[in-house]
Amino acid sequence: MRAPDSWLRSYCDPKLSVEELADELAMHSIEVERITHAGAPDPEGFVVGKVLSVEKHPDADKLSVCEVDAGDGGRTIVCGAPNVAAGQTVPVALPGAVMPDGTKLDKAKLRGVESNGMILSEAELEIGDDADGIAVLEEDGWAPGTPLGEVIPVSEPVIELEPTSNRVDCFGIYGVAREVHAITGESLADAPWDGDAEATGEGTVTDYASVNVEAPELCPRFSARVFTDVQIGPSPLWLKARLIGAGMRPINNVVDITNYVMLMTAQPLHAFDLDKVPDGALIVRTAKKGEKMTTLDSIERSFDEEAVLVCDRNGPSGIAGIMGGEVSEVSDQTTRVLLEVATWNGVNILRTSRKLGLRTDASNRFEKQLHPELALRGQRIASQLMVELCGAKLVPGTIDEAADVPKAHHLELRTDRAERLLGMPIEPKLSSEYLKRLDFQVSGRGKTLKVTVPFHRHYDVTREVDLIEEVGRIHGYAKNITGTLPSTSGQAGRLTREQRLRRRAEDAMRDLGFDAIVSLSLTDPGLPGRLRIPDGDVRTEPIGISNPLSAEHSVERTAVIGSLLDAASYNRAHGAERVALFESGRAYLRDGSSPHDGVLAGKFVGERPAPAYEPWRIASIATGALRPGSWRGEEVPADFYLVKAVLEALAHQLGASVEVVPGEEPFLHPGRSGRVLVQGEDSGWIGEIHPLVCREWDLDAAAGFEVDLAPLVAASPVGEETYEDVISYPAVHQDVAVIVDDAVPAVEVRAAVVEGGGELLRSAEVFDLYRGEQVGEGRKSLALRLSFRAADRTLTDEEVAERRTAIEVAVDKIGGSLRE
Amino acid sequence: MATERIEELRREAAEAIGSASTTAELEELRVRYLGRKAELTQILRGISELPKEERGPVGKTGNEARQELEGLLESRSAELDASELGTRLAEDAIDVTLPGAPPVPVGAQNPLIRTQREIEDIFVGLGYQVMEGPEVELDYYNFTALNHPPGHPARMAQDTFYVDPSTLRTDLRILSNGDELPPGPEDVVLRTHTSPMQVRSMESRPPPIFIVVPGRCYRSDPFDATHSPIFHQVEGLAVGPDITLADLKGTLDEFARAIFGPERETRFRPGFFPFTEPSVEVDVSCFRCGGSGRLPDGSRDPLCKGIGWIEILGAGMVDPNVYGFVSDFNYDPEEIQGFAFGMGIERIAMLKYGVPDLRKFFENDERVLEQFR
Repeated sequence: MRAPDSWLRSYCDPKLSVEELADELAMHSIEVERITHAGAPDPEGFVVGKVLSVEKHPDADKLSVCEVDAGDGGRTIVCGAPNVAAGQTVPVALPGAVMPDGTKLDKAKLRGVESNGMILSEAELEIGDDADGIAVLEEDGWAPGTPLGEVIPVSEPVIELEPTSNRVDCFGIYGVAREVHAITGESLADAPWDGDAEATGEGTVTDYASVNVEAPELCPRFSARVFTDVQIGPSPLWLKARLIGAGMRPINNVVDITNYVMLMTAQPLHAFDLDKVPDGALIVRTAKKGEKMTTLDSIERSFDEEAVLVCDRNGPSGIAGIMGGEVSEVSDQTTRVLLEVATWNGVNILRTSRKLGLRTDASNRFEKQLHPELALRGQRIASQLMVELCGAKLVPGTIDEAADVPKAHHLELRTDRAERLLGMPIEPKLSSEYLKRLDFQVSGRGKTLKVTVPFHRHYDVTREVDLIEEVGRIHGYAKNITGTLPSTSGQAGRLTREQRLRRRAEDAMRDLGFDAIVSLSLTDPGLPGRLRIPDGDVRTEPIGISNPLSAEHSVERTAVIGSLLDAASYNRAHGAERVALFESGRAYLRDGSSPHDGVLAGKFVGERPAPAYEPWRIASIATGALRPGSWRGEEVPADFYLVKAVLEALAHQLGASVEVVPGEEPFLHPGRSGRVLVQGEDSGWIGEIHPLVCREWDLDAAAGFEVDLAPLVAASPVGEETYEDVISYPAVHQDVAVIVDDAVPAVEVRAAVVEGGGELLRSAEVFDLYRGEQVGEGRKSLALRLSFRAADRTLTDEEVAERRTAIEVAVDKIGGSLRE
Repeated sequence: MATERIEELRREAAEAIGSASTTAELEELRVRYLGRKAELTQILRGISELPKEERGPVGKTGNEARQELEGLLESRSAELDASELGTRLAEDAIDVTLPGAPPVPVGAQNPLIRTQREIEDIFVGLGYQVMEGPEVELDYYNFTALNHPPGHPARMAQDTFYVDPSTLRTDLRILSNGDELPPGPEDVVLRTHTSPMQVRSMESRPPPIFIVVPGRCYRSDPFDATHSPIFHQVEGLAVGPDITLADLKGTLDEFARAIFGPERETRFRPGFFPFTEPSVEVDVSCFRCGGSGRLPDGSRDPLCKGIGWIEILGAGMVDPNVYGFVSDFNYDPEEIQGFAFGMGIERIAMLKYGVPDLRKFFENDERVLEQFR
């Protein structure tokens, strides 16, 4: 929304600089995007000139040599315009002036004749569209040499505003001026719709036209007036300048008037060439499915059944509230005009505009819902201009097809309530004054004001709290509010235990050498395929978006590993030799649940359950030298055992432990992968990435894991530990070596040892593995460090020996023996 | 006289000990002067054979000499030990300028996580709790209960990703509204903000409530330097009997000072959000130019574009219509009031760390991550 400075000030001029004015608007009313300029960067060097004489250039047919009085008696200016003539009052740029396109004007010799300046066209000044000849100033009485800026906006500051969607009134310059009035108290010009044109046409409007609204719920008001004797032509310079300043292209006086009134009041209007509307009969109806028409931009468009069309007897003539059609367009030949000023259903306009991908100045206003009362205001202003600028005659009468006009809201404002909400006092008198300036009617004294809401704020201000916002913002938040802190909290601020443990887990991963990544959870539906996950697996059934921006980001990820592979691949491609990454984040599954509570388990507060299952995961990937080499030793590339050590350390940081049992995933090396168990619960996977998957992501080799965090947190005693006396009765340490068949997994050996060790065995860690002659072909020796302890006594050698015997028995059951 | 001989031996031995240069030499001296066959030992051993009156003085002198020599031996031995150790250690010297080995890798922090934690911690310090909510969310919480009735323009303005109902659990697959009707409360969206947790949290506990809600949000904004279809927000909600807009200002002042520096302040401009009334846009005084809009060299500060203020978040007083959706949970707009705010974590991190392009946060380039620990 562009508000040319001089236009705005024509209604309310608080005598502030344009920067100060913009700042006041920003601090009290609407966001200011920026201050720009229309026309020349500076008005310096532009003056009114009087053409004293015109002679043909001696050496150029198309040039004239003019004597122009620019306030200095006379100077020679060479001019190429065909319409230059003695006696004209014209805009002149003197040498030194900077043109709107940025070029600086200098004296110049044109075919041997020195030109001391330039007579300007509208286009050169960027105040109009006419480039064919020089602009001739119609207004008389301007003395030569008068700064041109006093006559026309040569260099016009423009405040670019971004009104919020509730403030459709500020999509009109008069609405913005009303805000300036409310903020500064400076007087506001009378509303331009206060007057009306005299109806001098023949007959009455119904002799010329009829309107039938078949969809009244989508068209709360349709008003029409008819003008005869319309003389189509260019608009006067002042009007063109205002339109261009506001960012619109002048077309002809009738179309310009409709645009001008819209820019002034926010109410869009549409002019029909009445002679192109058979019998002047208009019908407002919804479109038939697939119905087509060609809009003013010469594009054929087709509609669905929700679109509202303004039709004549032969078919569609315009899309309601969005754009007119070619069929009834005003042209140079037009002499009779039907002026439509209607009110449409905003939601309907918004939907149709979106569906067509067609957003116009009109639809942008209609979609925010205009009040039906504004339509008649628009008729009155436009009628005056039609008479004044087009020589038109207004036919008596107004067609007004209107549903019931909504009644104004009557509200109460308790000023002490306002103070209680805002935390700043505002005198009741001032509150009343602010509201009146905003065109609210206010009565009542003391602490309760009775307020009637004006039509232009009807849909925005419906409750007391809305009035509180009005008085609060006009009074000024920035100047008047002193920050305080709430006096009631009633609780201790803290993270929950699971939030604290999640931070612990994330910090542990960093301490273990992994970089924290945050990746895009929207992904490609082809991802499970690239991970070799077969159909039928829940991970191939992601939650999808109906309206994605691209297929690449059209579904929620069902596993985190894809994001990590992407990031690892990116970093490898950018030269990283060692990549170790982890992500702490969610997977998104359409179904599923966790036996645990809390947000990590995807359980959220609220009466209505969340539509999807969103478990929190810790996932990691490593490729290259997870344990880096140095001048002192060899590097160790990421493999199963290195990442398993990381996973175990992660669990340890939480005071928990994990168990890994053989288990496959389609994207893992089948012989080097396992399920991660936490307290016996399957909580994820660990393993080396399948070579085919690595190839898919251009990785040589990689290993990683992905586990649910909720089971780890549930298994964590952190914060809930109880002291155990380990000093009075110290532990007894022993090592055992178990010889078993090579095929027996370590986890089974350990389980046998633990079984045999009984309650007194506090820990059993595998610390060595040996294969070789001493244990025989096809067998291995696993060494475990055992720690026995009792809480109430020092263990005797006999007790420990007894346990050792029991371990021997248990080991025997899995075909093993203890090595002496 | 024996005592004189003892004195002589003592002097001789003391001198020899003092000039011994190795521990081996010292051991030799110990044997020579104090060993079994040493003269002093012999004298002391033969003391009983001396005349009675000499026994006392000889014994005393002899023992004193012995003790003194033992002391000297010990201290000289310590001296020599130290110097020999020094020599040995000197020979063990290494190049301390070589890097530590094997290296212990340390992972990098992510600037977004860092910023999120920082924001959480500030509000925890102010008495807030941290809550989290679902990202795949019901329209009801994302829009309807936040005073965006079906058809409300602000719904469309938010560029929502709607979830394809056929990809939901079967019991959630309501007939697609498709093109016929505007989306309704039963529809499922990817949340466009963290605000749905306002209503979820109020359903879960009566006032007073002081919470912040960090999390991931989605909007169908194509990627550019300041937009991403996925981004992170922190929501704040404080509701009690008498919480005012001035309390919002004071709270955000504290926040701004904690995150951008002690001199910072905030200012409110009018704004519009359907679920707050009044609504405000919040600026923080520019931490580069100090609010003047000018850099020390007089040039225009590009960070705040010369304005001296930087927009950081949207906020307001919770709209009474929102309380209408939680009236069963003791939220009566005549009895309680409060504020809500929502800030973009990426925006705060971009400002704080000078990150020029939002996309950088999601590339996960190690060379970038390594700048944050």
